[in-house]
This record gives sequence, structure tokens and C-alpha cells, in this order.
Amino acid sequence: MLPILLIFLVIASVVGYKVISAVPPLLHTPLMSGMNAFSGIIVLGAISAFAYSPEEIKFWAGAALVMAMLNVVGGFLVTERMLKMFRKKVDSGEDELT
Amino acid sequence: MEYMDIIIAAVIVIGFILGIRLMQMPQTALWGNRLGALCMLLAILYTLSRVDLLASYSIWILLVGGGILGVCLGYQVKMIQMPQMVALFNGLGGGASAAISGWALAVNGADANFVFWLTGLLALSLGTVTFIGSLVAALKLQGFLSQKPVILAGHKYYLAVLLVGGIILIVSGMLISDAFLYYLMPLMIIVFLLYGILMALRVGGADMPIIIAFFNSLSGIATAICGLSVENLFLVGVGSLVGVAGLILTQLMCKAMNRSLPAVLQGFKSEPVSAGYEEAGDKPESREDEKKEGEQEISGEPQHPEERIKMLADKAQKIIVVPGYGMAVAQAQQQVYELIKNMESRGKEVKIAIHPVAGRMPGHMNVLLAEAGVPYEKLFEPDTINPEFSEADLVVIVGACDVVNSAANTAEGTPIYGMPILNAHLAPNIIICNYDDQPGYSGVDNPLYKEEKVITMWGDAGGTIPAVNEIFKDASPE
Repeated sequence: MLPILLIFLVIASVVGYKVISAVPPLLHTPLMSGMNAFSGIIVLGAISAFAYSPEEIKFWAGAALVMAMLNVVGGFLVTERMLKMFRKKVDSGEDELT
Repeated sequence: MEYMDIIIAAVIVIGFILGIRLMQMPQTALWGNRLGALCMLLAILYTLSRVDLLASYSIWILLVGGGILGVCLGYQVKMIQMPQMVALFNGLGGGASAAISGWALAVNGADANFVFWLTGLLALSLGTVTFIGSLVAALKLQGFLSQKPVILAGHKYYLAVLLVGGIILIVSGMLISDAFLYYLMPLMIIVFLLYGILMALRVGGADMPIIIAFFNSLSGIATAICGLSVENLFLVGVGSLVGVAGLILTQLMCKAMNRSLPAVLQGFKSEPVSAGYEEAGDKPESREDEKKEGEQEISGEPQHPEERIKMLADKAQKIIVVPGYGMAVAQAQQQVYELIKNMESRGKEVKIAIHPVAGRMPGHMNVLLAEAGVPYEKLFEPDTINPEFSEADLVVIVGACDVVNSAANTAEGTPIYGMPILNAHLAPNIIICNYDDQPGYSGVDNPLYKEEKVITMWGDAGGTIPAVNEIFKDASPE
């Protein structure tokens, strides 16, 4: 299993480096909040932990679940809100030509 | 682990990467974000089905509960607060990684191998540092803690001792594994909690973009390492993406401020220096004297500042606006955009120059201006806009100091020497609308303030910008 995990690690890092480097500074804040949402992927670990947890330490799996979901939903939501604000041109009629 | 699992994980991770690929352009970025969200949903449903919990109430309550909290936070946060929001999310990501690694060590540690213990303990420590460090950073940005670097006596020794102690604990954990859980793991968590607090406390002010990007990266790295220990391909793949993104941004921010990451983490901050003036033959006198001097220079000119601006308003054709964090603090984005629209309606060409560290996190200024309605086509990066300053007729600086401080080019030995700046000083005419004539975060005086071609308007940008706007309205014909 470890070799496959390491292959994932290396490929994701190398391809990720190429793709992420090309994101313009204009979008760096949405990129970061998007990455917040991505880091919520730990929720998958939390789900597995929750499934197989002995009762005494189930709390920690549950806490991780909530934290991770907060990241996932909050992260994607603020990214969506921000990206919607980026407009190419001023909407017609909004220009004040006084 | 079957082949099918690997293939599904690979496909979903590729989906996440395509999502980032779409974020390379503002036109498609929204869909990139949505693709990411879809991939996340698929990954969650797939995992739930694998552990047979699709129909479990308790897990859905927790998932939806966390989601609702996310919705509340995500809707309420203002754009100016985005840095602390991201810092908080970094912390939660790190905290979740730490909780899962600790959980995995406690449950599976007994008969696990060396790799499991190494990765588990590493993820636990990194996650803990990210969790508490990010919370401290978020509290600082929100203003609950001092924005300035807080440096205790012997700060760096504490940090060194804690780090060495933490490493010894990690190594001992790998050696004695089982007994470690009960006696040493709580101690290790405390050590790294203290380390994270001390580390974040001594970073402040304009260094915040770097520390946020750094913790962003750490939260991803902790997730990826945690994925190695619990053998989850999704965690490894997506965690690596987050880690790499954070590292790229950290590097960019360090370059934009000409600082090294270790220097930032040490809370390095030089005394205010006026080497630039000493070289130029000026004595660094007290502020009031300097100010008087500046006023005299202006009054020595034939006209009042207002009249000079009026003249410029008539003849300037090519204008570049340089916003800084001061503008955001004064909440003057809207007024600045009004001014720009007014200039444009008078046939002038206006561009906006954005320095990477103009805000409190990477790209922050772009978001703030986008929120005010400024189309992103008007926003330019230093590399693109710098050659144009010498051709511009007028530069308007709003709440920016260090990013236009030409001492960065000349004053060797000052903290900002070598920092890439916006070359506003090359323009023939400059209007500065800053709060006061104090130096920026770097503590280095800005020689621009004393130049003759510069018209200064001290005060809140929410007041001075409309004043300038009025002059433009009166002056130039439509």
C-alpha cells in the first residue's frame, strides 16, 4: 500500500505545482479559501474513524468530522461568493456619467 | 484496498486538479470551485458507502451540523475579514488532521509498524501546531490580540527548546510505541500547542500574508501525512495539492517582501531606520520638523495643493492608482472607484496597480476592489504596470507606503532594501492620500513624501478621496 500512497503524493505534488503556479495573483485569495475547502478532505478520514471507533474515543472522530465539514462547506461558500464578484466589465447603466 | 478503490481515488483527485486548472482564469474560476465541491461530495458519499454509514443518523447529524456552521460563517464573513476567515479554516483543517492522527495512533498503534508511527506522530504534531498557530493568527487579524509582533524575553530559546523536546518525543514515540500513548502523547500535544502559540505570536502586521500562506500549506501537509498513516489515497492526493499551493504562495509572498520564511517566523523587525536620508544628506529630524519642512516645500510652490490637483485634473491623460492596505482600513474602496469612474468619464485612461502584499493575504486587494465593483481588467500586477509609471501623467496613491517606498531600491541596510516595489516614484506627478506621514510597517521613511512633485493629502481616505474627486469634477471638462 505504501508505494501507491507515495506515488499519489509525488504525482499530486508535481502536477499540482504546475497547475497551481499558473493561477494568477488576481485569484490568490479565492485559491486559498478553495484550498481551505480542499483540506476538508480530512472528513473522509473522520468518517472512517467514526465508523470503526471504540466508544471511548469516538468524540475525537466526531470533532474532526464537524471541523472538517465546516471547512468544506465554509471554504467552498466563501470562494463562490468571492469569485462571483470578479467581473470583466462594468454592467451597462451602472456608470455614472454625471 | 482493491484496484477499484485506487482508480476511483485517482479519478476524483484528478477532478480536484481540473478544478484548480479552471481557477487559472477569472471567467472559468467559478466552475472550478463548483467542480471541486462536486468532487468533495462524491468522495464523501463514496467513503460513507464504503463504511456502510450512508444510512446512519448520527454521522449525518455531525456532517450536516458542521456544514450548517460552515454556511453561517461563510455567509457572514466580510471581504475585509477574509484573512482571518482563511486563518481560521487553516486551523480547523490542522485540528481535524491532528484529531484523526491521534485517534489512529490510539486505535491502531499497538501492532503497527515504524512508518505508521512516524507518519501518525508527524501529522499529529503538524496538525497541532497548525491548529493553535492559525487560531492565534486569526485572533490577531480580528484584533482580539495585538497585531504587532509579540516577543517575550528569550522567545527564540523557548521555541528552540520546545522544538527539540517535540522531536525527542516523536522519536521516543516511535521507539516505545504503546506505552507512549498514555504517558507521553498528552505531553507531546502540549509541547506543540505551546510551540504553535509562541510561533504565531511573534509574527505581526504586514508579515501576516506569509504566515497565513504558510499555515495554509501546513494544514495540507498534515492532511497528506495523516493520509499516509491511515492509508487513505484521497487524503494523500488532495492534501498534497493544498500543501503545494500553500508553499507556492508562501514563496511568492516572501519574494514580494524580500524576506525569508525563517526571518518572518522569528518575528524579525528592525528598528526604524532612515539610512535613505542619511545618504541623501538629510538629517533624520523629529517628525514635526519634517512635516513643517514638507509644508514649506509645498507652500513654496506657486499654488495650493487644491490648485495643483486642479491643474493635473485638466492635463493628466494617463493615470495610475496605487491602493494599499490603508485604503481598506479606511473602507474607501467605493470612493476610490467613484474617483476612477469620474476620471474615466472625462476621457482619461486609468489603471490600478496592485502589489502582491497590498492586503493582509495574497490577492486580498483584488477581492476588496472586486467587491467595490471594479472590473478585474483594470487591475495590474507590478511586472506589467511598472514600465508604465514613467509614461503616466499622474499617480494617485491611496493608503500605501512600503509598496511604493523607493528606499527599497536605494537605502541599503534597511529592512525593505531589495523589496520589489511599484515604481510610482518615476511618475512626473503624484498625489498621496495616506492617513499620515508616518512610515509603513517596515518603519522605513518614505522619501516620496518629501519630493516636490508630490502632493500630499493627509487624513482618512474616506474623506480625502472624495475631496480629490470633487476637484476633478470641477476641473476637467467632460
